[in-house]
Formats: sequence, C-alpha cells, structure tokens
Amino acid sequence: MSTHANCDRRKPGWRTALGALLVAGILPVAGCAPTAAAVSPAAGLSTPVPPAALVTLPPPKPAHPADTTAGPSVSIENFNIVPATITVAPGTTVVWTNHDDVEHTVTASDNSFSSPAIQTDGQFSYTFSTPGTYSYFCAVHPFMTAKVIVQ
Amino acid sequence: MSNNTVSDEHNHADGVDRRGFLKCMAWAGTGVVWTLSAGILSSCTLSQASNATPGDFSFVQVSDSHIGFKNVPNMDVTSTFQKAIDRIGSLSTRPSFVLHTGDVSHLSMPAQYDTVDQIFKGAKFGQDQVYYVPGEHDTFVDNGKAYLDRFGQGSTANGWRSFDFKGVHFVGLVNVWNLKAGGFGVLGDDQLAWLKKDLDGLSASTPVVVYAHVPLWALYPTWGWGTTDAEQALSMMQRFGSVTVLNGHIHQVLQKVEGNITFHTAASTAYPQPAPGDAPAPGPLRVVPEQLLSSLGVRQVTFVQKAGAPVIVDAQIT
Repeated sequence: MSTHANCDRRKPGWRTALGALLVAGILPVAGCAPTAAAVSPAAGLSTPVPPAALVTLPPPKPAHPADTTAGPSVSIENFNIVPATITVAPGTTVVWTNHDDVEHTVTASDNSFSSPAIQTDGQFSYTFSTPGTYSYFCAVHPFMTAKVIVQ
Repeated sequence: MSNNTVSDEHNHADGVDRRGFLKCMAWAGTGVVWTLSAGILSSCTLSQASNATPGDFSFVQVSDSHIGFKNVPNMDVTSTFQKAIDRIGSLSTRPSFVLHTGDVSHLSMPAQYDTVDQIFKGAKFGQDQVYYVPGEHDTFVDNGKAYLDRFGQGSTANGWRSFDFKGVHFVGLVNVWNLKAGGFGVLGDDQLAWLKKDLDGLSASTPVVVYAHVPLWALYPTWGWGTTDAEQALSMMQRFGSVTVLNGHIHQVLQKVEGNITFHTAASTAYPQPAPGDAPAPGPLRVVPEQLLSSLGVRQVTFVQKAGAPVIVDAQIT
C-alpha cells in the first residue's frame, strides 16, 4: 500500500490513539488529514459494535416440534426451504411452516400465487391441481428458492 | 494489514477492471473516521474528529427501522428508533436533513409508516426534511403502494429521486422493486435511463451522494447482498471526483473504497445481522439484551467546504 502524508502534522494524542487502535486490531491507513477534518459530532461517540464482537443468545428452539400437517409439508428454517424440491400428485395440498424469527413468503416465480407474510411458526397451504413444475421463492429474501413438481 | 489497505492499483481511470475490484474488498475498521482529501484517503480517530471545526453542512443517515418487528433481540423497535432520533437531536450541529435508507417498516403497513413519520415530526423533522428510499420490507406486501402513498411525493416512478443541496448532488435509488427468484437487488432499465439523464448535466467536480437500500456492490451474493445491475449505475459516476454511496439492508457498518467511489453500509436502528457468512442465515442476530443498543447506530455525514468528499461518523444510539 502507499504511504500517505501528513504524519508529521499529527496532533498531540495521536500516538496514544494509534496505540488504542492497534490494540483493538484496527489498523489505520494513514495519518489524520487536518485539511479535511472538520466534523463536530457529540462528545463520547462510539461506533456500533460489529456483529462478530457481539455476544449472542443460544438458538431459541434447538429442535422445534415436528410439523403436524395432513399432507406433504415443507419447512422453512434458517432461510432454507426443506425439502428444496417436493414431488406430489395433482390435487395435493402442500403446507409450509416457517420456523424462522422473521417472516417469509412462498411466492411463485411467475407470480401465479403467493402467500402473505408467514409469521414465525405460521403456516401457508396451497393446492396444486395441474401437473407441472412450480418454482417459487421468498419475496423478502429472493435468494431462497425451491420448487414443487406436480405429476 | 490487507483488510484496511486501500490500494492504488485498483484506482483505474478507465474502470475496466471494476468487476475485478468488486472481489477485492477493502474493509475499513470501525472507530475510524475516513476522509478523502486531494484524492488521498486518510483517517482520524473519533476523538480527533470531534475536536475539529464544524463543517459546511451535515446530514444524517438512519436505516432499517423495521417498525413492526417484534422478536428477539428487539421487542420494541419503536423505542430504539426513538432513541436513534434522540441521538440525532444530541448532535452539536443540527443536521440539515435526514436520509432513511429503507426497511422503514417491517410489513409495509400504513400504521408503521405513521410511527416513523410521527417520531421524525416530534424531533422537528418535517416530511420535506426526510428523504426515503424503500427497502424490500416496504414493497413486498403491496408492491410498495402504501410506501409511495406516504413517502413518494416528489419522487419519480417507483420512488427514485435526486436533489441538490449546497453544491452536492444527491441521488436516491430504488433497488427493491421486481425482485426475482434467486436474484439480488435490481435497479432496472427505466431507473438507469433516468439516472443517466440526471447525471448528464453535472460538472465532474460536483460531489455526488448516492443512497439506496441494498448495497450497490456484490458484498455477499450468497445472502443476496448486492445489486445485479449496480455496475451500470456506477460506471456513470466514474467521471466524478467524489462519489459517496450510502446504503442499509445488512444492519452493520462496513466500508469499501473503489477509486473515486466510497461505499458505506449503515447500522440498523432495530437489530444487528451477522457478518457476511458468519452464520447459517442473515436473520436478526440474537444479541444479548445488554448489548442491543450498542449494536445499533446512526450516521452523521459532514461536508467540508473545498474538501470534496464528506467526513462520515457512525455512532451508537446509546
């Protein structure tokens, strides 16, 4: 990396501050640039603690109860749809259960059907009457994709 | 010190290697204020910054208020949003306006927008002093109708807009409409065409601030943290001396510098999310109650006369 100027114009206290940053594992790129430093936040500002440095609670429910549905069931858990592919006969009602802390949807990729927001531990069911492959996703988290094959 | 290296070798004048650069993350550590002066990235500690003289003007960014969310780790997101706005009120210099970078609501409900509106008004920020862009939580239930009814005034089409303030050009982009299965954020051809026109008449010396919800670079594709066609937008901005991109969505403070463009993701006022790839899924991080407030934040952005790029400070809401 390149070395930037202004190091000799550091204000008193810089060395201490630099040491604190190094202790914290944060390596500043360059010295303070007095020409651009002109901000007046309230005293005592601390930046938000980054996620990796936070202490977290254990998972709420290591094993949630088995889904109790009459027909085939699909589970949404940890932003995964399980199973990602399910094959059913025409006329079958499929039931989705959301085990996450946030809402998800079951939305056809061609928008032919969609659930509302499915709450935590909530369910959505849909009956597939016509044979075909129905790709769907979560409209809130589009990287979550799966499909139902009706045959 | 690769994590904090800002390498000049990526500073391509022609931008040909932009895609290559996107793989080269230059994360900057928190606790440091980044400034750009005469094209050189520098840093000050927060304590140094606070001793400096006031800037020309400042504004504030808040993000991901998720009003309506009620679960671990935050059973009262209205209260933490109120604290965030109180935090803004405690700044020694009152910001000229506020940018809210989306996920205003959790479930797109008018009452949730009401709450945000009322809290802003309580802090004497009228609707003309708060500029919003929607997040996917503001659009997925009703295709954004309630959001646009409430906050869309003066914007174009699905909510994008631009405005000028004291010589700085602000562009609010919307990248949460028409999300496709397996996809990321998307701007779309209509908005890109609008953006081209919007930027065409500007002098290259105009500082530009872009704000949007989903990050405008491929931050973590596995979790959809990126915008499919962002490069088309960014390529229109290469000619400017200073471009600052502000976004939310990932509920944590991260920075990246790419040539003339600096990217800053913001903390949420509701709950933190895991660092990219650091958990099975990008849901709310179940932070212990005593650490909740210190994991949330607001951002102050100060423009200094003649400096070009702003000084950016992220602060906890405690």
